[in-house]
Amino acid sequence: MLATIAQSLLAEGEHVVDSVGEGGHEALDAASWILQQGWLMPLVPAVSFFAILFFGKRLPRKGAEIGLAAVGFTFLWAVLSAFEWIGGSAVVERSTTWFSNGRFDIDVGIHVDGLTVMMFVVVTTVSALVHVYSLEYLRGDQRFTYYYAALSLFTASMLNLVVADNLLQLIVGWELVGVCSFMLIGHWWEEKPNSDAALKAFLTTRVGDVGLMLGAITLFFAVGTFNIEAVNQAALSDGIRHGLLLTAACLLLLGVAGKSAQFPLHIWLPDAMAGPTPVSALIHAATMVVAGVYLVARTYGVFFEGFSIDSGGINLLALTGGVTLFIAAALAFVQHDIKKVLAYSTVSQLGYMIAALGVGAWTAAVFHLFTHAFFKALLFLGAGSVSHAAHHTFDMREMGGLRKYMPRTFWTFIIGTVALAGIPPLAGFWSKDEILLGAKEGDFGTILILGSIGAFMTACYMGRTVFLTFFGEYRGHGTPHESPGLITVPLMILAVPSLLIGLINAPGIEKFNDWVAFHVPDVTFHLEHHDFDPGLALISTVIAVFGFAVATWVYYWQKAPKGLLERQPVRAVHTFLEQKYYLDHIAVSGIAAGTAGPIARGTYWINQHVIDGIVNGVGVATNRFLAPFTYDVLDQELVDGMYDDIAGATSAVGGLLRKAQSGLIQRYALVLFAAVGAGGAALAYLT
Amino acid sequence: MYLNQYLFLAAVLFCIGVYGVLSRRHAVLVLMSVEIMLNAVNINLIAFSVHIQEVSGQVFALFVITVAAAEVGVGLAIVILIYRNLASPYLDQVDSLKG
Repeated sequence: MLATIAQSLLAEGEHVVDSVGEGGHEALDAASWILQQGWLMPLVPAVSFFAILFFGKRLPRKGAEIGLAAVGFTFLWAVLSAFEWIGGSAVVERSTTWFSNGRFDIDVGIHVDGLTVMMFVVVTTVSALVHVYSLEYLRGDQRFTYYYAALSLFTASMLNLVVADNLLQLIVGWELVGVCSFMLIGHWWEEKPNSDAALKAFLTTRVGDVGLMLGAITLFFAVGTFNIEAVNQAALSDGIRHGLLLTAACLLLLGVAGKSAQFPLHIWLPDAMAGPTPVSALIHAATMVVAGVYLVARTYGVFFEGFSIDSGGINLLALTGGVTLFIAAALAFVQHDIKKVLAYSTVSQLGYMIAALGVGAWTAAVFHLFTHAFFKALLFLGAGSVSHAAHHTFDMREMGGLRKYMPRTFWTFIIGTVALAGIPPLAGFWSKDEILLGAKEGDFGTILILGSIGAFMTACYMGRTVFLTFFGEYRGHGTPHESPGLITVPLMILAVPSLLIGLINAPGIEKFNDWVAFHVPDVTFHLEHHDFDPGLALISTVIAVFGFAVATWVYYWQKAPKGLLERQPVRAVHTFLEQKYYLDHIAVSGIAAGTAGPIARGTYWINQHVIDGIVNGVGVATNRFLAPFTYDVLDQELVDGMYDDIAGATSAVGGLLRKAQSGLIQRYALVLFAAVGAGGAALAYLT
Repeated sequence: MYLNQYLFLAAVLFCIGVYGVLSRRHAVLVLMSVEIMLNAVNINLIAFSVHIQEVSGQVFALFVITVAAAEVGVGLAIVILIYRNLASPYLDQVDSLKG
């Protein structure tokens, strides 16, 4: 498909539509040439993917050089695009027909505006640094070439996702990043937990993808095109019935919950940490998992109108985000694996972004996406460096005291931590503060409270992580050592934006609002942007500092009452959290076991458990309420008899269905042909 | 030239193909029967194409031949895998999805 875009765009033939902004051809000059070549962004890494796959093994550095060259090019192009965009270019909108089936055309094209350019910068920066970092981290790995090929494919798919001008093309990128995530989580598939984690991630996000697909189809039939701008226009100008919009928004939200790990589909992300650490930094912290947030931001018209966000009532989007940010932060406390702490932290921060979109704070959500990508990638790469030093363990119980052995990793990790906790003037403070401000100004009290508690918990669990990892005495084996330059230099590079990038939207500067804004041509729609509130900023800073203080008290000075964990209520909460709210149990034994295997087994299972359960439940209830008068007649004869009959009938149906599932392909084919024959005969007879 | 003769031939071939798919146990023979069915369809396409003086039917037949070649490639690969796993080419032994 990428080749199709390239061909038609390179050809510049008559069928290539160039339309820029509102002004048509006069404005064409206003759009920068660099931005118009945005299709290069996905194409170059895609070419690199095939090149690595076919020639990588024969090259001196096993294909890594091709990947580095491609991602270096996209990074430079992204930086140039950013400068061109800031310099005042018009929005670029180019598309060409991919295929047409007579009644409608399916387009493929690019849409480059502030949001796209921002995603370019995020994706290519983190991807380039991860490419460099992996040179050392995966040195000598048996599937080194394959790993770099997958990284290239991932970069290409992610850039295709963000540059797409229509939902179908976006879904292609969306599914491809899912595949890459699957391949890279299972990179060391020889160990069963790793391949299990890969499958879990893939299948869980697939559950959400069904919703995404149905949502896109709903919008297609409502608007008549997959084009995102047209969808936004129709949604914001009352071109679609509200019920339809609400349906579409709910379906899309399902896809978003799968990809961006929102409650209750967040269960795959912590397991996804089985992959190599640079992959976790790139895919499961900075880029792929924010695809859901990006989708909501991109099709915000649908969500804004569908959930009536301006009406001020609580809505599903805000609620999903709020619940997610809270429960994930709580889970981060009981993890021993440093990567899992960071994974739950990511889920929690994604919850912040979704909640921000739910309260109408579009810029705040996108800004948080932007800053979070840098400091979370920094933290993950730092965790990788720690593990590289401490004999490949991620267990914080076997770390401690690493501050002395690896000062560079320590200081960059501290910067990432403070940025994440939201202490001014580091990056996370400005974006998180904007989210809380949006919740406050939009009268979303619940989200404001959840967000503030979340900020406290974030500071607290990150403090715990830092103290367990870097302070105290070393508890592992051997002597830890600082990682080599290929690992520490990317950390130091990422530390710079983690420190400073938040300032671009600080009061008095506020450039980000101008650069990245939600704008739909021909529609009067304006999202309010709220001014900086010193009081709220002070409160949120105090909350974060208090969180650190609690962490210091408990984990550094160890002043917590002795045996606190052994006390009954604390113990119960701790177990509840350790079992991850028992969500995995529900997912595995309830949903997976219920649907896995043939229908007959499912029917049989329902017969055994659900219906019998209902029969027993109803039987017992009836017995208690109406006994003893009606015991003999109603309960024994009628109710029990009836339910026994139902159970018997279901069992019989189950047995019949079981026979139909013979597993013999030819018997299925016989049924198929018989059905076709009968259908054909019926058609011939009727017409 | 009579259209019905071709249609009759195609119908007979198709029925032979269906019979083969349903009754043969050997996976390769089933694949061959599928090919016979596809070729029956090709005869239909070309016969009608000549009958109504429209070339697209023949083009479509070419497509069918191409796709059939690809399908046999995949099909034989599956047969080889089945043979490796079960040490038998017979389809009635492939019933691990049995309820």
